[in-house]
Amino acid sequence: MSWLQKLLPPKIKSREPGAESKGVPEGLWHKCSACGSVLYRTDLENNLEVCPKCSYHNPVSSRRRLDLLLDPEGRFEIGAEVQPVDPLKFKATKRYADQLGQYRASTGEDDALVVLQGAIHNLPVVAAAFEYKFIGGSMGSVVGERFVRGARVALENNLPFICVAASGGARMQEGLNSLMQMAKTSAILTKLADKRLPFISVLTDPTMGGVSASFAFLGDVVIAEPGALIGFAGPRVIEQTVRETLPEGFQRSEFLLEKGAIDMIVDRREMRLQIAQLLSLLSKQPAVAA
Amino acid sequence: MKTTFLDFEQPIAELENKIEELRFVQDDSAVDISVEIGHLEKKSQELTKTIYGKLTSAQISQVARHPQRPYTLDYVNALCTDFEELHGDRAYADDAAIVGGLARFNGQSVMVIGHQKGRDTKDRQYRNFGMPRPEGYRKALRLMKLAEKFNLPVLTFIDTPGAYPGIGAEERGQSEAIGRNLFEMAKLRVPIIATVIGEGGSGGALAIAVADTVMMLQYSTYSVISPEGCASILWKTAEKAPDAAEAMGITASRLKTLSLIDKVISEPVGGAHRNHAQMMASMKKAITDALKPLQEKSIDELLDTRFERLMSYGKFKEVAAV
Repeated sequence: MSWLQKLLPPKIKSREPGAESKGVPEGLWHKCSACGSVLYRTDLENNLEVCPKCSYHNPVSSRRRLDLLLDPEGRFEIGAEVQPVDPLKFKATKRYADQLGQYRASTGEDDALVVLQGAIHNLPVVAAAFEYKFIGGSMGSVVGERFVRGARVALENNLPFICVAASGGARMQEGLNSLMQMAKTSAILTKLADKRLPFISVLTDPTMGGVSASFAFLGDVVIAEPGALIGFAGPRVIEQTVRETLPEGFQRSEFLLEKGAIDMIVDRREMRLQIAQLLSLLSKQPAVAA
Repeated sequence: MKTTFLDFEQPIAELENKIEELRFVQDDSAVDISVEIGHLEKKSQELTKTIYGKLTSAQISQVARHPQRPYTLDYVNALCTDFEELHGDRAYADDAAIVGGLARFNGQSVMVIGHQKGRDTKDRQYRNFGMPRPEGYRKALRLMKLAEKFNLPVLTFIDTPGAYPGIGAEERGQSEAIGRNLFEMAKLRVPIIATVIGEGGSGGALAIAVADTVMMLQYSTYSVISPEGCASILWKTAEKAPDAAEAMGITASRLKTLSLIDKVISEPVGGAHRNHAQMMASMKKAITDALKPLQEKSIDELLDTRFERLMSYGKFKEVAAV
């Protein structure tokens, strides 16, 4: 036994050789799924979950998304009182009611949309963000209702409305109720349009199906994060239908920009400033200081 | 035309075959067997009634997709006079999966729009199996705007497996085209009546189905995803489609109970395809009855009601904020 080992407290001494690596707190390091770089977790967090090496945009939770977007002061949550039910007593391999409980436990959210009133660079707004980890960010009755309540607060207070989408589409487990959320969310936007209140739609990875085919493309300005999968039908469904390989980069943000489907691609690190700038232009306010 | 029988209708098919045979025999027979035939015909009717009295959701979705079911143009030609089909979205193409145009219904000018399926292989291909591309939805919107300009009611007929999942459709903005219609239809300043006549397949159906009155034929379906699609995602096998059909609640009667549609239009015994004439008569009455109260309202009142109805969609609970 070396002099060093003699000095060590017994707890540490008892460790097997090679145990040091296991002692590293979980999640301290992150391997980028795009470029494979090993990143210090804190660095990634400070970089808004964007890989500093390759600019890959990692998914972020709805709360974190809104945190990155809004000023720290004066935030109020809208629609938290709206909670999911299981209207059809739906059961596939799992019961929908049980699924709701499981996702509540795993995400800390009780459905797939969080709405906050707040400000961006001192410009008051209402902002909504999807929680993709809650049943694939699927849109059911609660998502639709919270979206509408957010928009109504914007209407009452003459505020712009922002929505950051991340969703696989409509929530099958609520049947036709979910399909109707497409009509519901699109309809409330007609009221914002009547009052000339801006609706900014931000599309992130992924924005598909019923979410893509309703309010997502109805933004006065439609922004996408780089490399996001955005479309109506999923790539696998299309491949099965047309029986050919899809072109490189098909349904990615860059492809959509080229096809004229979106206004711009904005890096997450520029998003907050970019949205503030757009809002200040639309509402004829002075330029926002970076 | 010889009736195509579905798998669960085989007992009816056997009886009908027997009746057919007897008729053939009677033609060159001295013995009168018409009484026997009449008896069998009655039996076949009864059997059909019994079978159709307890159809499962999966069976109803088979009837909704029946190859002899009346399609949009069958209704338009039977119900309307002076149909003038209008083509194209003025931007890219004319999509044959959606038809539309001016017509007279009960002598009154209207705009009719609907998904169109084909009858034979060639026609089906031409109509793309009733699966529209963005230009189809944009044509529909153009016609709705035209109706608004000239203050004509809009009658839509829904019958699609869904919007077409193709490369070109995505490139030309399938999502935007559908979303745009949902937005515009919510505030279109003329009465809209939507009737699901066959398959109401997801967003591709809804894109022409936002309306003041939504009706469904007795054996039509309306769903957020096809039973096959739902089953392959949630059960990991498309073979569970019958379970998915049951679980999602896709039939007219279930959706009426859930207050998601306004009216169920009865079909002839054995489905709309068994008696087109009778089906057309019921449809004419249903649309006439639906249109009258809508036209009696002021347009602002109509739009308020339409909007409140859209806002009422969805089931959730409210808890006191913590």
